[in-house]
Parts: sequence; structure tokens; C-alpha cells
Amino acid sequence: MILKRRLQKFQTSLSVGWLLARRQIGRGNFWINTLIIGIMTLTFLSLVVISGILVGLLEGSFQANREQYSGDVFITTLADESNIKITGKIADTLDSLPQVENYSIRYKKGATIEAGYLDRRDFSVLSNSVGVNVVGVDIEKEEALTNLSQSLIEGELISSDESGYIVLGATFIKRYSNFSDLFEPLDGVYVGDRVKVSVTGRNIGVDRTPDLTGGDTAGANIQEFIVKGIVQSKVDEVSVSAFITDADYRRLTGNTDLRAQEIAIKKARGYSDLELKTILESYDFGAFAKIQTAEEAIPKFLDDIKETFALLGTAIGGIGLIVSAITIFIVIYINALTRRKFIGILKGIGISGAAIEISYILQSIFYVVVGSLVGAVIVYGLLIPVIAANPIDFPFSDGILVAKPVPTLIRFLVLFFITTIAGYFPARFIVQKNTLDSILQR
Amino acid sequence: MDMITVKNLIKTYSNGEVETRVLKGIDLTIKEGEFIAIMGKSGAGKSTLMYQMGLLDIPTGGSIVVDGVDILNLTEMERTDFRLKQLGYVFQDYALVPELTALENVTIPLLMEGVSTEEADERGRNALVQLGLNNKESNRPNQLSGGEQQRVSIARAIVQNPKILFADEPTANLDSVSSESVLEALVSLHKQGQTIVMVTHETEYTRECDRIIYLVDGKIDHEKKQ
Repeated sequence: MILKRRLQKFQTSLSVGWLLARRQIGRGNFWINTLIIGIMTLTFLSLVVISGILVGLLEGSFQANREQYSGDVFITTLADESNIKITGKIADTLDSLPQVENYSIRYKKGATIEAGYLDRRDFSVLSNSVGVNVVGVDIEKEEALTNLSQSLIEGELISSDESGYIVLGATFIKRYSNFSDLFEPLDGVYVGDRVKVSVTGRNIGVDRTPDLTGGDTAGANIQEFIVKGIVQSKVDEVSVSAFITDADYRRLTGNTDLRAQEIAIKKARGYSDLELKTILESYDFGAFAKIQTAEEAIPKFLDDIKETFALLGTAIGGIGLIVSAITIFIVIYINALTRRKFIGILKGIGISGAAIEISYILQSIFYVVVGSLVGAVIVYGLLIPVIAANPIDFPFSDGILVAKPVPTLIRFLVLFFITTIAGYFPARFIVQKNTLDSILQR
Repeated sequence: MDMITVKNLIKTYSNGEVETRVLKGIDLTIKEGEFIAIMGKSGAGKSTLMYQMGLLDIPTGGSIVVDGVDILNLTEMERTDFRLKQLGYVFQDYALVPELTALENVTIPLLMEGVSTEEADERGRNALVQLGLNNKESNRPNQLSGGEQQRVSIARAIVQNPKILFADEPTANLDSVSSESVLEALVSLHKQGQTIVMVTHETEYTRECDRIIYLVDGKIDHEKKQ
């Protein structure tokens, strides 16, 4: 009975509080309402956008890594192996799977590239050379998978029927390299220049030209290539590689066993990375190679940095939250204080303190919901598409804005809770004051 | 039947170390249906006396029984509920909520009592009509004259049929025409049996009162029956 009466009392307080809140918002000062909603919008943005950009810095990098290097599923050598022994079998399987859109097999080997050797007169100074990873690929398949031609900054991509051409990563070209203080990149290399590529290993005498060795690559397989293009990307693996056709790779290295070092696979629409990985594992390929989804292939330290950035963003957003809570507290307090007389009158004519407090809580809820809705429209309707179309140019990635629905909802709920509390306490403080003192404003 | 019984009522205000005794032992009885005026010079304690009887303030000493209820034994929530159901107030400065329309100002105590919106609106409209405020229900306080605002305030005070209507200098801010109309409204309510306690310092508006109580320096100096 008592419970029922209290429930009824609460319902009446709620309905009176609702009426007061509606009227105070609807007929209150437009600019004050706009100011409070503006503060809530900015707080919402600071909570979502700052952490979203920080996470997006790395997310952009991961996305680029997936698109330009690893594909959706990435197969590499086992830790104690130098190649994937069943490359051919895997390739046959990939050809038969509807879950696979395309893939690229990569053969990699450490090599030395030397330039300017034809004009070299003084052998007492170091040659114009640099150590690289030479990557042999089926150019058409690599292009289909990673869109390598998009990374060209000079020249063009090798055609699949060409031989003796090379595409160099920009990191090894002095005029493009950001790392020239760490090592000496190739100086004065342009499209059309000849370079000498030497790899150590079994000498099968392919295109061996003794007079080109210069005496400093003895025992190595050496081949001369013409620079066809230069590629530059924020994905390091692209910028630090030298691409040749897989046929040239075999001639250069003498490796004719078709055992690759990497296979990057792009999944067909409608399948997840994990689904494809599971299918490949079901063929027992895991015993011969390391199969990872693109996300798993991300180095752990980068993942840790991502989490740290997210934490940092939350911390910065948290400061915004505290500032916003204080602001809302002050605004509601001043609002309640200036309305103290009317609060006293309402209490005087028998309106319960609960109804008046509820009216202020509902006003706070209105401000936080509308402010967050405006913020969400700005984030999802404006910032995300605009930044996706025009990524922020960071040195190591094209930064995007990441605002996944669930974390955003959690941030909204935190903001909602804090704001409601910040709106409730000043109202309660004023309501608790002596009724007559409030009416007489003393 | 006694509607209000006040015995040895004392009210002291403290301001730091300074204590001011405003009411110094008031004894007073008000009967049901009486129209009482409390008069006195500024600072005599007339408003303070009304606030104590109207449960807007808590006395320092003495006792007040309203409609058989010892109001000093009530909790804060019970006092609020008692004010809602048993008492009505008319304040000197009308005390209407600026964001609410005339009708909403009148109906809000009914809604708080749990009356449905439809019934509250109907009773609110009747109260406004009774006070001659036809077609003013949608007006907000700033769209009404002083006299109209005060009549809305009276409508709000009587809409839930209170046992006692307290009016604190209801004509103080009004011109003579508006003052007369407000007084007429109070007289009309009194004729319907409403108990009214009015604080005023204007003798001319006490002519319809049953009794006038004169306060001097926190004590009843004398009273005059009419």
C-alpha cells in the first residue's frame, strides 16, 4: 500500500517535472539553451573525435597495410623455415576457392643494388650501392591485389611480358629517402638508368657479366636491370622493396623450386578474414606456413601503440568530460539560482521537491541527448566521410577518423550519466533550501 | 469550528550573533469561514505570523494547530503535502511561474495532487472564469496586467478548494481599480464560505473583513470585530 502510494507520488512528480522541464526549455532563453547544447556537442566531439583520430592514425596505417601489402589473409614462412614448401599446392587451392578474389605470390631475397658503376672511376671510395629486399612477383597479380601502380611516383610498372626491368622503392633513392641519415641511399638514380642487382647464393651463371662485378660482389649472381619506375608508399614494405618479375627473380637467384616467402590473399565479398583463414587451415597448410588474418599480421607493438593511443584519447576526452560536468553544474546552478524564487513558490504551493528536481534532471537529459545527437551527426555525417575522402597526411599513415558505434555509445552513456548528475546536484541544493528564504530570496 | 489555533507563538531570526525576536508570544484563534485581516506597521511581524500559520516557515516556539493538525509535528514532505491539499496562497508579487500559461499556473497544483490533465484543465478554466479571466488561459504572466496576474494567482490558490486562503498584501502592487477587483474576488470567495487570512497595511481594503488584528512589535495589540 505504502509502496503503491509512493509509486503514484513518483508518477505525479515525474509528470509535473516533465511539464516544468518542457516549458522551461521551450519557453526559456533560446541563447542559453543553444549555449548549453553547444557545450554538450563539443564535449561529445572531444570524447569521440580525439580518441578517434589517435586510433585512426594507426587504423589508417593498418588499412593501408592491408590494401597495399598483406591482403586480407597473409601467408608467410614458419619461424624456422626460409620458404613456404607447399607454395604450389596452396596456389592451386587458392585458384579453386570461391572465397578468394585474388592473390599474389612473392619471392623475396636480400640483394645489393648498385648504381653509377659504369662511370665509377675511383674504386677507393665506396660504391653507390644499397642493400634491399628484391621481390619477385607476377606483376599482374600483384597489381590486382595491391594496386602497386598507384604508388608510382616516377615511371611505370613492369609489363608481365617484359624482362630486365626493376621498380625501386623510394626509400633507397636519395632524393626521396627520409632515412639518408641512417644509411647511404642510391644517389642520382632515375627511370631508365641501369642498376646492378647482386644476390648471394648458388651461382648458376645467369647473365653473369664479369666486367660488371667491379670486384666487390665476387661469388654472387649478378644481373643488370633498367629502372622502370619508383614507388613510394606509407606502407614501408612497399617503399623498401625492389620489384622484379618472378621470371627475372628465378633467373637472378637460381631458385627454381617455386617456393615463395609470402602469399597475400584478398578475400571475395561476403566472407570474413577469419572464415578464409579457417578454410585454409582446414587444408592443413598451417603445418607448412604461418597463416594470419590482416589484423593478426599487424606487429604486436603497433597494436600496443593503438591501445595506448585509445587510452590517451580517452584520458584527453575524460578531461573534456570533467570540464563539461563542471560547466553543466555551473550553468544549471546559475539557472536554478536565478529561478530560486520560483522554486520557492512552487514548493510553497505544494509542488514536491522531487518534481522540481526531476524537471532539472530532464532538462540536463535533454541537453545531453540533443548535444550528443548533433555531435553524432557531425561525426558520422560529416567528419568521417570527409576525412575518409581526404585523409589526414601523417608521416607514417593517412589518418582516418575511427568512431565505432559501440565505443561511441559507451562514451555517450558516460557523458549522459555525468551530465545528469551534474544537473541534479545544483537543483537539489537549491530545492533543499528553506522555502520561505527562497521565496523572499534572502 | 476553530480552523487555526495559535498559542504562545515565538519566532526569532538569527543573523550571526544578532538574534531578532519578531513574534513575541502570539495567541490567536481563527474560525472556519472567517475573513481575517492582519494589520500593523512595517516590521510589526504580520507577514511573519502568516508564514508560520501557512507552513512556509517553522516557528521558534509555541504551537499551531490547523484544521486539527499540529503542524509542528509534520515532516518536510508532510508539510509540502499539507500546503498542497489544505492551503492556498496569494503573494504580493503574484508569484506566477513565467514559463507557464495562466491555465498551467492554475492547474499545476491539481496535477501535483494526481488529478488527470483533462479534469485539471476543466477545473482550472472554471477558476479563471470565476475570477473574470475568460480567454486569458493561454496568456503567459508577462502578457497579463498586474490585476490579471493577481487574479490568476487567486485562481491558483483556490482551484483545489483549500481550507484556508492566505493572502500576503494582495493589493500592494496594484492600482486602485485592480485592487478593488482583487478584493471583490476575495469577498466573493468569503461569501462562499472560504476562510481567508489577509495581511495588509491598507485600511480601506479591510472593510469586508470579519475581524482585524493589529500587531505591534511582534505582539497582538488589539483586534477589531466588524
